Amino acid sequence: MNRLDQLRSQLLRNSTLVMFVLIFLFFGLQEPRFLQPESLGNIIKQSSFIGIAAVGMTFVLLTAGIDLSVGSVMYLAPLIAGFAMRNYGLDVEFALVLAIFAGLVMGAINAFFIVVLRIIPFIVTLSTLFFFRGAGTFLTQSRQLDFPREVLDFGLARVLGIPLPIIIFALVVAAAFVTLTRTPFGRHVYAVGNDINAARKAGINVDWIVFRVYLISSACAALAGFIVIAQIGRLDQSFGEGREFDVIAAAVLGGASLFGGVGSALSPLIGATMIQTVKAGLIFNGTNLYAQPIMLGAVIFAAVLFDSLRQMNLQKSRRRFIRPIQTETEPAERNKGPRHPAGAAART
Amino acid sequence: MSILLETRGLTKSFFGVPALRDVSLTIHEGRILGLIGENGAGKSTLMNVVDGVFPATDGSMFLRGLPYQPRSPADATGHGIAFIHQELNLFSNLTVAENIFVDAFPMRAGFIDRRSMRRETERLLASLDLEIAPDTLLDRLAPGERQLVEIAKALRSNPQLIIFDEPTSSLTARETERLFEVIRRLRDEGKTLIYISHMLSDVRALSDDIAVLRDGELVGSGPAEELDTSRMIELMIGRELAQLYPPKTAAPGRDPVLRVAAMTQPGVVQDVDLEVRAGEIVGLFGLMGAGRTELARMVFGLDEFAHGEIRIGGTLLRGQSPTDRIEHGMAFVTENRREEGLLMESTIADNIALVSLASYARTILRFVDAPKLSAVAQQMADDLQIKAHDIGGQPAKSLSGGNQQKVVIGKWLMRQPKLFVLDEPTRGVDVGAKYEIYSLMDRLAREGSGVLFISSEVEELMAMCDRILVMNRGEVSGEFGERPFKQDQLLRAAFREDLAA
Repeated sequence: MNRLDQLRSQLLRNSTLVMFVLIFLFFGLQEPRFLQPESLGNIIKQSSFIGIAAVGMTFVLLTAGIDLSVGSVMYLAPLIAGFAMRNYGLDVEFALVLAIFAGLVMGAINAFFIVVLRIIPFIVTLSTLFFFRGAGTFLTQSRQLDFPREVLDFGLARVLGIPLPIIIFALVVAAAFVTLTRTPFGRHVYAVGNDINAARKAGINVDWIVFRVYLISSACAALAGFIVIAQIGRLDQSFGEGREFDVIAAAVLGGASLFGGVGSALSPLIGATMIQTVKAGLIFNGTNLYAQPIMLGAVIFAAVLFDSLRQMNLQKSRRRFIRPIQTETEPAERNKGPRHPAGAAART
Repeated sequence: MSILLETRGLTKSFFGVPALRDVSLTIHEGRILGLIGENGAGKSTLMNVVDGVFPATDGSMFLRGLPYQPRSPADATGHGIAFIHQELNLFSNLTVAENIFVDAFPMRAGFIDRRSMRRETERLLASLDLEIAPDTLLDRLAPGERQLVEIAKALRSNPQLIIFDEPTSSLTARETERLFEVIRRLRDEGKTLIYISHMLSDVRALSDDIAVLRDGELVGSGPAEELDTSRMIELMIGRELAQLYPPKTAAPGRDPVLRVAAMTQPGVVQDVDLEVRAGEIVGLFGLMGAGRTELARMVFGLDEFAHGEIRIGGTLLRGQSPTDRIEHGMAFVTENRREEGLLMESTIADNIALVSLASYARTILRFVDAPKLSAVAQQMADDLQIKAHDIGGQPAKSLSGGNQQKVVIGKWLMRQPKLFVLDEPTRGVDVGAKYEIYSLMDRLAREGSGVLFISSEVEELMAMCDRILVMNRGEVSGEFGERPFKQDQLLRAAFREDLAA
């Protein structure tokens, strides 16, 4: 392989990152202010909402599942916490814990239908998408819920000068990273996504693994919802609506596969920040407000296209060559290959 | 020579149907036992009882003289018994080390202890002479290396008895040889091994003792020296098989049904010319990786090629489309019937009907004439003697390998193709079913189809073909048109460059 080919395969292998850098340069060259720390900090802060939920979604996607209910969990979990704060004077910290607990309960409902009743995740979470939001609408009679003031003090707090959402986003990504790479549970999540039957045969408790990923997904969604509400201090009926697609898009854009087994804790980080970068960039360079969704769609499409090109390229490079490609300069050296002629050649 | 495991009067019935009858087998320590038998003879059932997958209905087992009743595979592992299944139980997105320890990660302070996992993996791989970094993704390994990783995983629990079920079916000749070295070395280190296979030559090459099962009964066992291949076959099928192959009744005609000229794809095949006439069986021989399957895939329009022509019955085929090839009367039976040839979950009848659905569509809305189609499918199943009780209700996966292969062939027969491309049609199929597939092949030729028969077993090609082409490194290295063929000439052509190098 010559140097150009090597470069090309390196670029393709890291297509998501390349894309990320290109997007940055694209907007940065047009508007240098875009690259200032303040604007970058804002991008990360704004992407934390989708990003935190996308971390949970990544666990689900790794097992080849899907969770469409996250947008409604984002709404219902903070709502329950808000009720408790207003009616029972619950402190903000406990309200946060309560929101996460409510998320876990909703995740358990999803998981119960998926694992125990063996209904496919798409159907289960599509139903709970309506059910959770419906429950919230019923509780509030679709009125807006105003949170006590303390919640804003909490949400707008900074630790060492860093806004709280960024810190929580970082902690969630770090925890997910360690869990996925360093614990048996994390490695089993990958195994289940790769081959669920083989995982069963290997003695892995597949049901319990799958159960837990839905708990994690809902808990992350609840946390994400609460963090945003804590920035704005009120919760209206449409909050989180349609966000499940942003969340899935972020995870997939960052490299998680819908077919399971592929992705990492960095996927949601990369994906969510990339989407937010484009959104912010389009505002910076003054793109027509109504044209922005089109641009965003185009970027997502391009990223996914690059990814499938990369996959095709990888497949091609793994194709078996059984005879040397005849060129004048290259002698037929592969014939004297080591013990696995086909395998060895396929890996070059 | 002490006895490691003994079964006494082992019987296992499923819903009253006996799968094992009164099997009393002794397995000697430090030896390799070859276990053979046709599909459905009870080999897997016997090994599953030993491995604790299910209990025996009757009879008992003794491990080193003590009663042995495994409750689960994990329990069997605890007793020092490891079972390496035909289908590898590995995860391509995990590393080699993670695959080996997937069911029991070493832990330290609540996290996976990667250092000790790596160290242990290195030790296990070294004991198999496998030079792979423990952190390599499994995805990057060749099939033979994966097989060895599975063995390393089995060795982790330091088993005394290791059972191999058809381990070589996806391996190249060299990988197989390497596996045999490993198995022999494990034996020399004092381990006991059971080797289950259809490849009688492999069993011969490897085994110290041989046991033969037929219809759930142990019909013969003893030291390998006392059982030659023909005796093994005799015991397996329960009758003396004067011939392994049916007499040839077809004679090649004159009209070519397939003509391939100068087919080239850089890195794969070079300048291949090939002709198959009506009623002719043309063999394509070569070592694994010689390019036979690749050539067949190009002919069938599954893979691209850079230069060359394909003509079917005089019509030049353009483009790369299997649909077009099927339209022109080509049929392709692959070696991977599980992956490419059959819809495992669908019924036998649906599988047979699959490629001829369009011909049974009626009215302008193109509804399929189901009653007529199922009648024709039933007729086909009877004709091919597919052993099934209800072809409309039974899924294809419930059939034995040989019968599955007949379903695939039957599926194509419905379209009365001019050319059959059969890629390793008898792989993983027992002796009796092989005979039936050979007869079927002869019948296809007699009825006027051309047959391109790809195989790695030179004996079956010599018996069935009118002409044999030998491939080596993507080129035709020899063509033999005179029966009887000479085995050494065929092999020499297949090994050509390896000998020269």
